Amino acid sequence: MLGKLTWAAIPFDQPIPMIASGVVALSILAILAWVVIRGHLPYLWREWITSVDHKRIGVMYTLLAMVMLLRGFSDAIMMRAQQAVAFHGQGFLPPEHYDQIFSAHGTIMIFFVAMPFMIGLMNFVVPLQLGVRDVAFPTLNSVGFWLTATGALLINISLVVGEFARTGWLPYPPLSELTYSPGVGVDYYLWAIQISGVGTLVSGINLVTTVLKVRTRGMSYLRMPMFCWTTLATNLLIVAAFPILTATLAMLLLDRYLGFHFFTNEAGGNMMMFMNLIWTWGHPEVYILVLPAFGIFSEVFATFSGKPLFGYRSMVAATMAICILSFMVWLHHFFTMGAGADVNAIFGIATTIIAVPTGVKVFNWLFTMYGGKVRFQTPLLWSIGFMVTFIIGGMTGVLLAVPPADFVLHNSLFLVAHFHNVLIGGMLFGAFAGYTYWFPKAFGFKLHEGLGQAAFWCWLVGFYVAFMPLYVVGLLGMTRRMQHYDVPEWRPWLIVAAFGAVLILCGIVLQIVQLVVSIRQRAKLRDETGDPWDGRSLEWATASPPPAFNFAVLPEVSGEDAYWKFKHPATEQVRSLERPEYRAIEIPRNSPTGFVCAFFATMMGFALIWHIWWMVAAGAIGAFATFIVFAWRDHDEDIIPAAEVARIDGSNRAQRHAILSKEAAE
Amino acid sequence: MSTVALTEAHHGSAGREWSGPAPKRIVTGYGFWIFILSDMVMFSAFFATYAVLLGQTAGGPTGRELFDLRNVAIETAFLLASSFTCGMAAIAADERNKIWFQLAMAVTCIFGLGFLTLEGQEFASLVVRGAGPTRSAFLSAFFTLVGCHGLHVSGGILWLVTMMAQVYAKGFRPDIQRRILCFALFWHALDIIWIAVFTIVYLLGSAK
Repeated sequence: MLGKLTWAAIPFDQPIPMIASGVVALSILAILAWVVIRGHLPYLWREWITSVDHKRIGVMYTLLAMVMLLRGFSDAIMMRAQQAVAFHGQGFLPPEHYDQIFSAHGTIMIFFVAMPFMIGLMNFVVPLQLGVRDVAFPTLNSVGFWLTATGALLINISLVVGEFARTGWLPYPPLSELTYSPGVGVDYYLWAIQISGVGTLVSGINLVTTVLKVRTRGMSYLRMPMFCWTTLATNLLIVAAFPILTATLAMLLLDRYLGFHFFTNEAGGNMMMFMNLIWTWGHPEVYILVLPAFGIFSEVFATFSGKPLFGYRSMVAATMAICILSFMVWLHHFFTMGAGADVNAIFGIATTIIAVPTGVKVFNWLFTMYGGKVRFQTPLLWSIGFMVTFIIGGMTGVLLAVPPADFVLHNSLFLVAHFHNVLIGGMLFGAFAGYTYWFPKAFGFKLHEGLGQAAFWCWLVGFYVAFMPLYVVGLLGMTRRMQHYDVPEWRPWLIVAAFGAVLILCGIVLQIVQLVVSIRQRAKLRDETGDPWDGRSLEWATASPPPAFNFAVLPEVSGEDAYWKFKHPATEQVRSLERPEYRAIEIPRNSPTGFVCAFFATMMGFALIWHIWWMVAAGAIGAFATFIVFAWRDHDEDIIPAAEVARIDGSNRAQRHAILSKEAAE
Repeated sequence: MSTVALTEAHHGSAGREWSGPAPKRIVTGYGFWIFILSDMVMFSAFFATYAVLLGQTAGGPTGRELFDLRNVAIETAFLLASSFTCGMAAIAADERNKIWFQLAMAVTCIFGLGFLTLEGQEFASLVVRGAGPTRSAFLSAFFTLVGCHGLHVSGGILWLVTMMAQVYAKGFRPDIQRRILCFALFWHALDIIWIAVFTIVYLLGSAK
């Protein structure tokens, strides 16, 4: 009846997962109880869970990423603590638990923090920057979000029901084959990633179509803000790379479930094929994560320097060059495979070449600041912190691209330090810059500046203290993923690294405090005009938070930096305040399709992991029925009448007008 | 099929100003094309795997001993014919002719089911002869690649029947017209994949 699922699956004898999951379950129950008792449930259902508005979905993606960041960071600090104490001893984490923790840490940070954070920001910002009312496929957008949430849920269920993979964040065979990993851990990994991968693909298709086909009048390609360009490049990579991941993991699933021989040791299977396939997805994936961050930095540097982005066209060219080159370097992840000197040399050279367009970008950002009126506010601090940190990470990357050096450093903590250096210093700092920069647009008030700066400094210093020692122990010969060790030279460095993790924890705590304080002081931090940073692109031309329809009248664009062009010439300023002729607006109707679909996907995923076949069938039928019901509905749009549009837009216009006349009077 | 609709409202061509968001039919068709491209990338991973594992028979039967090209030729004929009738259905939908639409879709469905039956027979006979997917890495790759195409055809038939029911119940609404456009794109794309399967799996596989 319940397949492989029995009471033995719940680890009653292990205090750490039981306490952790107990705390998580209690906090979820507490939040649910608060929501129900205060009567917020209908509101949540109507306005958020069933919402197909790209802004709401973007916020939910980002929220998911931040919650999962807490989970991923708890794993991280446990690992640092373990390595600080496990000298000549076992530490406090037994090996089978430690292996699950580093696997879960990597999986969660890449798939459920970095991806949803970036997709959330792109979802929220891109239609606003393009001057349109929504993405190309709003309901599909909601389906994509909820499928990502399904994946995150399955991984968290593994904490308490069964176990997670012990294979690292990429389940390399033959270790991940049934012979060596007979438990459900790898299955949890595979189904969580397959389901959320569908969500990511859907979101990729949606955003590519949006950027290429849904832009306001006059917004030609070379007038798009840089963030839209990097969104295009990222989502093209998603469309081209994620299907390879799906295919590769499907092969591993067939090996595990039906006894196929793709990657097994026997019957002609070839495990190195898995490395090749997974990294043809995996290398583009790192650019999927970092390109949106490059876009955010481009927006932030231009805005906070009060200047147009330096070398806009070279930036576009560099972005698209990275997009293509990222598919030509995957083999550098396993130079030690033994492909031979020629093959390794070609991939080594290709890898160093990819540093060139990235260097172009760094110089462009520097020249954007040069001669500008630079305002050192939190988003800019994250960006400058990024620039310094990312250059160090990029240079250790070029070092690793040299095959002979890689033979020495392969699989060492030097490598771990390198990719954290580019992922934290590149992608995560970018995400935090974007979060601070667009927060007032999403919620109508700014985040507290002082606490934001304090959090930045904790993160920056904490990052260096935590990861620079790992370069050193890597050079001292320490391999990654060690549960305990007995080399005395490593120990001091690992203790310093653990202290760095504590500093990062302070940064995270400060960020939570910042959010709470900002919500409490929202009246003081209110953004009245919708343009709190003196911005340059169209998202700042509408109110904060924007109305459901984004723009009462679609803006018409006549050059780069579209909003700057509206805002600055005095004549334009007056004209933009004239009352336009309002028309009724059709907006897509909210739909529970995404949520219901994710419910059935969760059911199916869980049933597949535990071999509960009747439940798999029930989930599949349920998901198909959901789509039929969706396809059969007769009304897919709501109409906002012209008078209502005029009322909503009018109040924002009045506020902008008041501030402009005040400025004029001064 | 839809070429008229796709060209007459062409937006933002070179030299002219971009004239604003494209109409829904364009956006939907475009998005679906992107999906098809991503699907083809997925197939290309299975093709590459098949190419790598082609010789890995683990002492078991090879493609030359197993493949029956006459059977495969009939499968191909069924699929190509179904693509023709699918095109007829799309024309009927453009003309808003319910009878011809349903007729053409029904014939497409029959051809598709015929294809699946032949493929099922082939798979069953291979398994009976001890050449199932667990026999060798070569056969794992073969069953997965061809089976993945077969699964797409099965999903396509489910979609086809749904579209017939929808047109019967709701008529040619604009959103249903857009879905018919996507379905037609999907069905033709499966044909293109099959041409590659026929060439790379069966023809090249028989040579080994």
